[in-house]
Amino acid sequence: MPSPARSPMAAPQSFLWTRRVVLTLLAGFVLLPVYVMISSSLKPLQDVSGKFQWVPTRLTVQPYFDIWETVPLAEYFVNSLIVAGSATVLSVVIAVFSAYAVSRYSFRGKRVFTVTVLSTQMFPGILFLLPLFLIFVNIGNSTGLALYGSRGGLILTYLTFSLPFSIWMLIGYFDSIPKDLDEAAMVDGCGPIRALFRVVVPAAVPGIVAVSVYAFMTAWGEVLFASVMTNDATRTLAVGLQGYATQNDVYWNQVMAASLVVSVPVVAGFLLLQRYLVAGLTAGAVK
Amino acid sequence: MTAVTTDPRAAESDRERSTGTGGARRRLPRIPDRIRRGGLPYLLLLPAVLLELLIHLIPMIIGIVMSFRQLTQFYINNWGGAPWTGLDNYSIAVDFNAPIGEALLHSFLVTCVFTFFAVGLSWLFGVAAAIMLQENFRGRGFLRAVFLVPYALPVYAAVITWAFMFQRDNGLVNHVLHDQLGLTDQPSFWLIGDNSIYALIIVSVWKGWPFAFLMLMAALQNIPRELYEAASIDGAGIWQQIRRITLPSLRPVNQVLVLVLFLWTFNDFNTPYVLFGKSAPENADLISIHIYQSSFVTWNFGSGSAMSVLLLLFLLVVTAVYLFLTSRGRRGADA
Amino acid sequence: MRHLRAAAAVTLAIAVAAGVTGCGGGTSSSGGGSNESPKTLTYWASNQGPSIEADKKILAPELKKFEEETGIKVKLEVVPWADLLNRILAATTSGQGPDVLNIGNTWSASLQATGALLPWDEKNFESIGGRDRFVDSAVASAGKEGEPPAAVPLYSLAYALYYNKAMFAEAGITEPPATWDQLVADGKKLSKDGKWGLGAEGANLSNNIHQVFVLGKQHAADFFDESGKATFTSDGAVAAVKQYVDLMAEDKVIAPGNAEYAQNQSLTDFAKGRTAMVLWQAAASTFAAQGMKPEDWGVAPVPVRSGTPGTGTHTNSMVAGINMAVFKNTKNIDGAKKFVKFMTSDAEQKLLNKTYGSIPPVKAAQADAAFAAPDLKVLRDTLSTSAAPLPQVPNESQFETAVGTAVKELWAEAAAGKPITTETVKARLDKAQQTMQQ
Repeated sequence: MPSPARSPMAAPQSFLWTRRVVLTLLAGFVLLPVYVMISSSLKPLQDVSGKFQWVPTRLTVQPYFDIWETVPLAEYFVNSLIVAGSATVLSVVIAVFSAYAVSRYSFRGKRVFTVTVLSTQMFPGILFLLPLFLIFVNIGNSTGLALYGSRGGLILTYLTFSLPFSIWMLIGYFDSIPKDLDEAAMVDGCGPIRALFRVVVPAAVPGIVAVSVYAFMTAWGEVLFASVMTNDATRTLAVGLQGYATQNDVYWNQVMAASLVVSVPVVAGFLLLQRYLVAGLTAGAVK
Repeated sequence: MTAVTTDPRAAESDRERSTGTGGARRRLPRIPDRIRRGGLPYLLLLPAVLLELLIHLIPMIIGIVMSFRQLTQFYINNWGGAPWTGLDNYSIAVDFNAPIGEALLHSFLVTCVFTFFAVGLSWLFGVAAAIMLQENFRGRGFLRAVFLVPYALPVYAAVITWAFMFQRDNGLVNHVLHDQLGLTDQPSFWLIGDNSIYALIIVSVWKGWPFAFLMLMAALQNIPRELYEAASIDGAGIWQQIRRITLPSLRPVNQVLVLVLFLWTFNDFNTPYVLFGKSAPENADLISIHIYQSSFVTWNFGSGSAMSVLLLLFLLVVTAVYLFLTSRGRRGADA
Repeated sequence: MRHLRAAAAVTLAIAVAAGVTGCGGGTSSSGGGSNESPKTLTYWASNQGPSIEADKKILAPELKKFEEETGIKVKLEVVPWADLLNRILAATTSGQGPDVLNIGNTWSASLQATGALLPWDEKNFESIGGRDRFVDSAVASAGKEGEPPAAVPLYSLAYALYYNKAMFAEAGITEPPATWDQLVADGKKLSKDGKWGLGAEGANLSNNIHQVFVLGKQHAADFFDESGKATFTSDGAVAAVKQYVDLMAEDKVIAPGNAEYAQNQSLTDFAKGRTAMVLWQAAASTFAAQGMKPEDWGVAPVPVRSGTPGTGTHTNSMVAGINMAVFKNTKNIDGAKKFVKFMTSDAEQKLLNKTYGSIPPVKAAQADAAFAAPDLKVLRDTLSTSAAPLPQVPNESQFETAVGTAVKELWAEAAAGKPITTETVKARLDKAQQTMQQ
């Protein structure tokens, strides 16, 4: 993606120095806790819970082995991956349909829909945690569909959490894609759905990637609902990590080690998607 | 500023590719004309509407119903039987002369201050970083990756690390401020007492600003290059260009960005909960924790729901006013 | 037109919601439980061992034994403490929970009030060998006085004073303190050169409650009156809270940093020789994990004003522990009772309490030699002679939050060097009392 150079003139020293200072400070701010995580994860427990040292006196990789024994980390990781992955895919597909409808059609209730969707962002999660659990249990009792304690229930919940913002972003994104494109496709004999998949979606790949990242991170980090709606077999990482803090001990070094281990794949995925992300995230908001 | 850098040619070639695999696409069921004409948009919205109803709206309505009932430990097991209390839960919550109302008001004000600074700083950091990274230079890609790390770490891990750093006797923060720089006579407390709100803001900004950065960085990509070239021919320096072109061009993004940051930060539960546990210090008693305490911890779901509904009403009003103010003048062009 | 449509949608949504709420929790109204699925049980265990995985390994062979004896398969889930109460609340609200579960014994009265748990009346107690098998104070911690307990004691604990032998010797202290005056005097001798006399968990609400409750008893004050009304501002209660916080504010035997402790940092400090004493329940395994050898520390009863622990104003510990409860709406009521009987049998009690470092609430199991080791003996004697259960009132958790937070804020003030007076303590407690809803 071409990066628009701001000015053909060389930037003045004042700007270059400001840039150096600002970026150094921000990088320091961001990396400080990361450094603490890395260094603490390499210390024995006795050293971690003592006075902070910049340079560890005793190094050990033992925490990286212990993390798998203390809690079933691998299981939690897989659960999180399944839940966040499915929620992301479903959320994006549903958001694409909705955004397409809003962007390309005028129909009654359009404004009500968009406003209602935005207003869901104002509900405090606490307000509907218990009611939602009740609904899941009742659906379970009347249909046999086990939503509580299952990954399915969590997936439904998370995909809905990310839906409103995703729809809003995609509406703006689709609006910015010229209507001539899908109209031309329809002239060629495509139905509206095929026009969506053949023309609009390919043109909106950056926006869709951006929404996917957002949806994934929403599901990946959620703690409150997961703590009540999962059990042994379906517990996600976000709550599972708390298992390193028990009634009498906090295994600081293991918490840090485990956090790093599970974050590496996510960060790597981020880096791979970055090029799309940058172009995608705002186009929706720009509208 | 509604254009996006979509290359029509790219879309065209994509179209050709998908035409190549058109055979598979043909299996899509044909939708009868009648539905297609009027019903298709509704059909497309159906999954979203159903999910929003199931997960957001109906639970919210149940929550509102709960707020009119005396839903304590005596009734949660059979809460169809919980007595109706009319507006009692509300009148207790807004009686600011009694301790419960007073604490709620205090918590509300703390949350307002917290949200103002957390959103403001997140936005400021995001803008600064995005502008500084607008031009290509060595290390740009690396920094961009670094700045996204807080967004990718699990919330619990990130916040527990900050809590670890904020410990008074053994934490890194006091180690630097007190032991190494000697800025304070006594090591300060960060997790209790008056400083706790600073700790909370710092953690919230650390976690929240990468999202602002991402949005703003992407918005910058859409500013037409010609604008800068024209300005530069007029003799505008780089600072002037930032003031006259970059910042005004970000306005539409800012409108949505600030709104969602505001809503998410105001309702944020995870950060204070992991940082302080079940009982936040008075100075950092965010409304979400306060409501959690008034419902889950003290087993009084009616009162907690009433507080949630009040919060919802407040946010609705703020959002409406905000959208009205920021959209004035843009509405005409938009419709 | 648009408004009409919106109104119709809202009406529909409310109707659906009403339908859902109408049957919410309805499962429980049927009452007594059944025997529809006699071959399986679900059991939520609390996290007692060093980790959740460790707990699973400890319990698995026992559940296997139970299955061999009765043919009932127990599905185990070890629920982390961070989630347990919320999970139980959700289960209670929806009627969708396990058959058998562990609860913190301080929740007993609150959960009893929900009516979701099986009451352990004479008949039910008979089916697990009778109420007399259990230590009285432990049964008293399982529900409101005068009502059938809502649960059965499973693991018990009490507070003791742990002290660092080397630090005591160095300061020339030969005997662990038996009264608070002695503790303060010893503490002052020990608090020097960056080391401190006593540790505390100032930001841990439960721990604050445990300590001020016991001190309240010693000042002849309860935090609730007979009718269950909060009496936080009685002279005795105020004196108790002030005495506790004064250990930092006035006597300066607790390091100011302890005011923010909530993750057992006081145990770490103790294990590292930074503090000489700590009041705790069964801390041995944590000291070991922190690298402290068993011969380095000693155990004594928590001080009382008179110097001799006993009942009433000589109380020196709350009854800590875990109780086992059965959800009333279980589909395997007989199996659930059998399982409780199995877990409270003499053999299992000995084995499990030994593993977890707790004390059996079952008298016969207590007699085992394993619980006569010096440290456990102190806990056992405290439990049977000088421990009292926390107030068994339905709004116990409100009490814990309100008063625990008040004490936490007082610690913060003490640590910041602000004066702690009877008036400031009373004002805090008064505020706490007013937030208690009846």
